[in-house]
Amino acid sequence: MILRNALFAAVAALAFASPAAAQSILIKGGRVITNTGAPLERGDVLISNGRVTAVGANLTAPAGATVIDASGKWVTPGVFAAMSEVGLSEISGSGAPNDASVTGTMVSAAADAGRAFDPMVTAVPVTRIEGVTRAAIAPSASGTLFAGRGALVSLDGRPDSVFRQRAFQVVELGEIGADRAGGSRAALWPVLEAALRDAREYPTRYRSGQGGAVLSEIDAQALQPFALGQGLFLVHIERAADIRELIRFARANPSLKFAIHGGAEAWLVAGDLAAAKIPVILDPLVNLPDRMERLAARLDNAALLHRAGVKFAIAPGPGSVDAHQARLVLQLAGNAVANGLSWDAAFAAITRTPAEIFGVGADLGTLAAGRTADVVVWDGDPLDVQSAPTAVYIAGRAMPLVSRQTRLRDRYMPPAK
Amino acid sequence: MRQSLPAVLASLALAACATTQATETPKPESTPAPFASTYTPKPSTPVIIRGGTVLDGEGGEFANADVLLVDGKVAGVGAALTAPAGATEIDARGKFVTPGIIDAHSHLGVYPAPSLQATSDGNELTHPNSAEVWAEHSVWPQDPGFSRAVAGGITTLHILPGSGNLFGGRGVTLHPVFGARSVQEMKYPGAPYSLKMACGENPSRVYGTRNQSPATGMGNVAGYRQAFAKAREYDHKWAEYRKKLSAYESGDKKGDAPTAPDRDLELETLSGVLNGEILLQWHCYRADEMIVALDVAREFGFRISAFHHAVEAYKIADHLARENVCAAMWADWWGFKLEAYDGIRENIPFVHAGGGCAIVHSDSEVGIQRLNQEAAKALSDGRRAGLEISRGVAWTWLSRNPARAIGIADKTGSLTVGKAADVVVWSADPLTSYAVAERVYIDGVPVHERGRDTTPSDFELGQSYRERAQ
Repeated sequence: MILRNALFAAVAALAFASPAAAQSILIKGGRVITNTGAPLERGDVLISNGRVTAVGANLTAPAGATVIDASGKWVTPGVFAAMSEVGLSEISGSGAPNDASVTGTMVSAAADAGRAFDPMVTAVPVTRIEGVTRAAIAPSASGTLFAGRGALVSLDGRPDSVFRQRAFQVVELGEIGADRAGGSRAALWPVLEAALRDAREYPTRYRSGQGGAVLSEIDAQALQPFALGQGLFLVHIERAADIRELIRFARANPSLKFAIHGGAEAWLVAGDLAAAKIPVILDPLVNLPDRMERLAARLDNAALLHRAGVKFAIAPGPGSVDAHQARLVLQLAGNAVANGLSWDAAFAAITRTPAEIFGVGADLGTLAAGRTADVVVWDGDPLDVQSAPTAVYIAGRAMPLVSRQTRLRDRYMPPAK
Repeated sequence: MRQSLPAVLASLALAACATTQATETPKPESTPAPFASTYTPKPSTPVIIRGGTVLDGEGGEFANADVLLVDGKVAGVGAALTAPAGATEIDARGKFVTPGIIDAHSHLGVYPAPSLQATSDGNELTHPNSAEVWAEHSVWPQDPGFSRAVAGGITTLHILPGSGNLFGGRGVTLHPVFGARSVQEMKYPGAPYSLKMACGENPSRVYGTRNQSPATGMGNVAGYRQAFAKAREYDHKWAEYRKKLSAYESGDKKGDAPTAPDRDLELETLSGVLNGEILLQWHCYRADEMIVALDVAREFGFRISAFHHAVEAYKIADHLARENVCAAMWADWWGFKLEAYDGIRENIPFVHAGGGCAIVHSDSEVGIQRLNQEAAKALSDGRRAGLEISRGVAWTWLSRNPARAIGIADKTGSLTVGKAADVVVWSADPLTSYAVAERVYIDGVPVHERGRDTTPSDFELGQSYRERAQ
């Protein structure tokens, strides 16, 4: 027992001694997916000071650099979970605290996921050792149409993991929104318009005693930058008719920024979405009419949107987002390929496109000189369920491929035969 | 006139049933079983699937092999088979051929799409012991989920009630039949019933919050034991009655015939478990709770067919192997409640490595569409942990082992001559992300061909988007 504790202490010390970001790492001879052009079949990636400093063939290792042989392996940008609750709860059910879920009416638009994120949550290493290095996390408040403010996080487990606070505001404009607005879509859009007015007229109407038409003061304050076009509205919406209404609304309010999360019926309005330049975060496994707003759901939604020129990312759909399985986004993308999407578009949809949708595409999601060095080395095609990372770097730091799950695995390893 | 036509059809169907179900095991009761299967495969022509890589479901892999299907059965697996005249030839070179996937844990039909208040039909939570209910009486044959499952290579599925109470009720084995107008048309002929039981957090949460027993783990176990004690008594009463009745009937029949005890549907099901006619499927996550469940089974002398979910099965692989109890598992679900906190990606391969009967199950209308990928994850994670596991062995987790757990291993689950021709032709190695089921056969009948619109259920037929798309 004492021995075991000592061992644990040693392991813990290793885990917390973060490798110096200043170190140079040369990943040599892998199949490099840059997301900026064709793959390099035998390419090298050089990392220094937390950034990619070169991508190409036969790069020379600087003195003192760690050289990683990636021959036969794949080298890619880190995966970006475009929608997740990772880091917001240790265990989702069983009555344990769940910071993703905001109940009651005190706070909705003001709910702030970034301030609830805990980099020490078990799911963080479980997720990153599968190649997911960044995530967009969102609260799900249920008091009004507004589910709260989401943040962008690194999964490196460090104290400063949240790299963009209040990056987007989640809005329910489908069945759930209709339910909250009085049970009908007929009420939903007027409520949305009133809420945006409340936010724009904050603090005047609140200080004057007039108060908000639909929003509390705290929500109006939080919503104001988004209502003024300074932040992204991430809209939960599935039905084709609702998407058309959103497109009309977006045209009438050109200063506002929208992206769709859901979009099960987006293929029916793909041309309109492309013209309106509204991106979609979709779940390629949604193919059942499980809700009345998803009657036309189909497996090749991603392929059809891609063909129409719609920008899209891949993530679990509204209702399927969770705190523990963000890692499955790779399998989602693989299934989009099985249903007609090109590999390049599918992989971009879990790396480059999420970064672009959330406004950090200049730094994340591609492998090119100057970008933040989120780099993953895989033992095979990352979109195949049989593949797994052999190395994960976040901002140039090597992540130990260890989690509570690998500890349990090792403890219960079957005896060698 | 209006009534006579269906009657004629029904009698035709029954006649057809009688001629094609010679293998059905006789029911223990002398009266016909209620809600009997009326499933009859359509007539099929012989099919020869040529030159594929065959994973036979028994652990074997054969390159460039042919699979011959005749009269709804597997008639041959091997090199350069001779096909009967008129056989349909399928070129499977570069493709893979496997037994159909069997999902031992599905709620299709009882929690169908669309998910509405009106369709939440899977768990009679009104009391902790609802062993009297039968899942088949909640199955909606028009659930669009059935056709999606077939497109994922599913040929047989076991529908269970939910896990919110100690005894959820009887489960039923179905074929995912398109156009079935009743659940009877989907029921797998001769498949035994199961009983769904549940360990752990679900029942104690559901009843505890109602300030009712069980509110705790110990309340759960007391509930199981009291119910089986009653079932034993019930069994005993009926045995006594049968003894008296047979003495009366073989005697001079003077005086009153003995009176039969009152029927109790709940205890009938439990008594079926005690007698081994009904297979026990026990929802249980934690290792320690599974060990307690094994002791309950020992105390009352029944067998557990499989633990379901069994997130910590890897901790007790030795027990499971020794007790001959299967574990039906997800590849990687974890963390959604405390009893799922210790989930690891190697659960399935570790149970297998311990000599146990490992099963990949779905418990999901999404997961059931790609259980092959779940097996692929388990296979690769097992290999990465240093275990030697072949593709052929991984396929036993999807067909032979679930067939065993639901009591139909003598009928299907592997490409063995004489077994049902439940077969899938895959576009590529099905233990990857990209393979799709190109052709699916149930009892030798082609039920799915990739690229051809699957027959929509009545619910989907005529929806505006379909009319527009075609």
